[in-house]
Amino acid sequence: MSSTVERNCAIPSGDFDVLVAGGGNAALCAAITARLAGAKVLLLEIAPEHLRAGNSRHTRNLRYMHNRANDFLTGAYSEEEFWNDLMRVTGGETNEELARLTIRESEDLGEWMAEHGVRWQPSLRGTLQLSRTNAFFLGGGKALVNAYYKTARSLGVEIFYESEVCDLSIQDGVFQSAMVRSNGTSTEVTAKALVAASGGFEANIPWLKEYWGEAAENFIIRGTPYNRGGLLRELLDHGARPVGNPREFHAIALDARAPKFDGGIVTRLDCIPFGIVVDKHAQRFYDEGEDFWPKRYAIWGGLIAHQPDQIAYCIVDAKCMELFLPSVFPPIEGGSIRELAVALKLDPAALEETVLAFNRAVQVGTFDPSSLDDCQTNQLDPPKTHWARAIVDSPFYAYPLRPGITFTYLGVSVGERAQVLLKDGRSTKNIFAAGEIMAGNILGRGYLAGLGMTIGTVFGRIAGREAARHALT
Amino acid sequence: MPSPERLNEAGRLMQICNACRYCSGYCAVFPAMERRRTFTKQDLVYLSNLCFDCRACLYACQYAPPHEFGVNVPKAFAELRVDTYSDYTWPRILSGLFRHSRLTVGLTTALCVALVLLLTLTFQGPSVLFAAHLGSGAFYAVVPFAAMALVASAMMLYGFLVLLAGFVNFLRDTGGRLREVISPAAFVRAAQDAFGLVYMKGGGAGCNYPDEEFSHKRRWYHHLVFYGFLLDLAATTVAASYHHFLDWVAPYPIWSAPVVLGTVGGVMLLIGTVGLLFLKARSDKEASDRQMLDLDVAFLVLLFLTSLTGLLLLAFRETPAMGTLLAVHLGVVAGLFLTLPYGKFAHVVYRYAALVQNAIEERQEAGQDTADGSS
Repeated sequence: MSSTVERNCAIPSGDFDVLVAGGGNAALCAAITARLAGAKVLLLEIAPEHLRAGNSRHTRNLRYMHNRANDFLTGAYSEEEFWNDLMRVTGGETNEELARLTIRESEDLGEWMAEHGVRWQPSLRGTLQLSRTNAFFLGGGKALVNAYYKTARSLGVEIFYESEVCDLSIQDGVFQSAMVRSNGTSTEVTAKALVAASGGFEANIPWLKEYWGEAAENFIIRGTPYNRGGLLRELLDHGARPVGNPREFHAIALDARAPKFDGGIVTRLDCIPFGIVVDKHAQRFYDEGEDFWPKRYAIWGGLIAHQPDQIAYCIVDAKCMELFLPSVFPPIEGGSIRELAVALKLDPAALEETVLAFNRAVQVGTFDPSSLDDCQTNQLDPPKTHWARAIVDSPFYAYPLRPGITFTYLGVSVGERAQVLLKDGRSTKNIFAAGEIMAGNILGRGYLAGLGMTIGTVFGRIAGREAARHALT
Repeated sequence: MPSPERLNEAGRLMQICNACRYCSGYCAVFPAMERRRTFTKQDLVYLSNLCFDCRACLYACQYAPPHEFGVNVPKAFAELRVDTYSDYTWPRILSGLFRHSRLTVGLTTALCVALVLLLTLTFQGPSVLFAAHLGSGAFYAVVPFAAMALVASAMMLYGFLVLLAGFVNFLRDTGGRLREVISPAAFVRAAQDAFGLVYMKGGGAGCNYPDEEFSHKRRWYHHLVFYGFLLDLAATTVAASYHHFLDWVAPYPIWSAPVVLGTVGGVMLLIGTVGLLFLKARSDKEASDRQMLDLDVAFLVLLFLTSLTGLLLLAFRETPAMGTLLAVHLGVVAGLFLTLPYGKFAHVVYRYAALVQNAIEERQEAGQDTADGSS
């Protein structure tokens, strides 16, 4: 395969118009756009080929504005509705100018993506549920990046794997060259413009420890182990203005048996609203039935991150097992709560007491998982406000939970041309950023399904266009 | 019974896939998987035979090897399909034939060719075998019609019964009650899926075959083989009816229906089998099972030889070589029919049965959706 050949070749040191650092969705969109504009493009991906494309390989859909239904979306999704959704999840922690730019530039993005090889999932014989706001990639994110890599390669983008952009040479906001480490050797690469699309730093445990201490050792990273944030730190060290709270991340409750990195979508658990969640002392700590799961699943990563040893256990009974998506790891089972506690290495008496107290507090109601029903607890702290049913039907099941980090919010500030902004308010001249490394400008908090890919695609295209324009004029 | 390791592996993969579901749009396997939460032996046998080995799910998978989850559905399912063919065959004592297909097919065919030549030499003598024969009944001057027809009919009937037994065993094992399974609508849907090779479209752009690139080549070559085979079958049927009902005895003129059908079918088979063999030689071995590959290659080579000897017989039927070519062709055809139920041809039966089962499940699901109303 050609890639094997390239891996063994030395990286050419100069004469590039655009250097793209990163190999995920945003990087590929930037590389393709710049190449189509006539630029000579070098794309450097830190991961080996089989792990290429960072967290993009774990994605599954993209949200974009559109005025009418199509084969892959069931109805219109307007700028205002998109904006309102974004306001709701971020609580206003967004740059309105950039957010509205993202939304407008996302209009009919699906067509551009399809032109460059992405295939959408149609409704097969009407059995698949399609969404109104998000279009689904046929085969998921890895199929998408496979298509983009093929397109980029056929357009003439030069691609190297296992190549890390380390030190940048920047003078007066002008990028001069980058040191690239590949195969144990360092090469200085010069280019007329740089696109930084190398993701966040969630896989850099020592960096997370700066904010979280030893607790960070117990975090599971849902995506690529290569998002170590090297280029992000390099840009910040060169005076780029940070955006997003460095302590914050998007985290969900994961099965504690998940791989440390790269477990992706399958290790998530949807059982929490139907049971109770206890910490290592077998004590409950939060209302499991606060709201519908899609609206609450993203707070549970943070909640568990604050529990002792960052571990929790969701306890359900036999009647609940069909109510949530199948789990990748089998549940831990016990014929009684005591047996279950022993299997979980929890204090049996404490767990029995917690379950008993919960069961006593459960009020009679009409259970309905599709609405905010009236099954709730009375005089229990914390309460369970919906879907509370006594845990009495043997066998009892448990899933161990850990915080699973999806992405970090810290990034570099950009302007509407995707140019990286400096702390002193000036713009860099030829440094552009796209994707997770700048998503915090738009998404300062919370998450909206498929928005990461929207930001990556929109700003990837902007960064590619502007980088090419700078390089070619 | 498939080996417990293979069942465990396929079950492990389905548990991962069912928590992911990114591949729902590629084929029927993943929607069928989503109708289940746990995977019994029967479920896994059914799902594996519903898989057309398009491999889209492997290259799209973020958990494919070398990821620690090591998700490789095409390989695990190919292994289970080999187990299926040998498990459901009759008599069970012959199930080992599927494990050594190149040997089975090669030896059987060689023996058949040798036997036909030997019998012809013994009973007709070299003067008949090596002489030119012209005009009506020329073939039967070399090999008597009764011998040809009786042996061929017996073999076909035997093959049909073995495959039917497999079909019934499979449906009974995977689909619950047989009465439920005999549904005209399901058979029609399954036939549409089968004749169109719908699930080799991989959701539109084709299979990832022989490598990561999407391509329709495999589907088109398979169409050539399948429809070429059907044309040859049609040629034989037409010829038989000429013989029985019109008393018109072979060989037939070049522009007669049996010769035209047979020639077109034969050429399609030649192109299709060579194309598929070529793709298989280049295919990603990480995604395939060794025994399945042997089944494929043995059957394709045999089809190629059947077609080649048939076309050579047509080309040289007016020369002294005809007798030898006829004996060789009949020997190869005998090898084909004898090994048909014990080789890759068996996939026709189990795929079709799985498609029927899938059609039934889809209809039941659609019925439930309607009953649920809002959902």
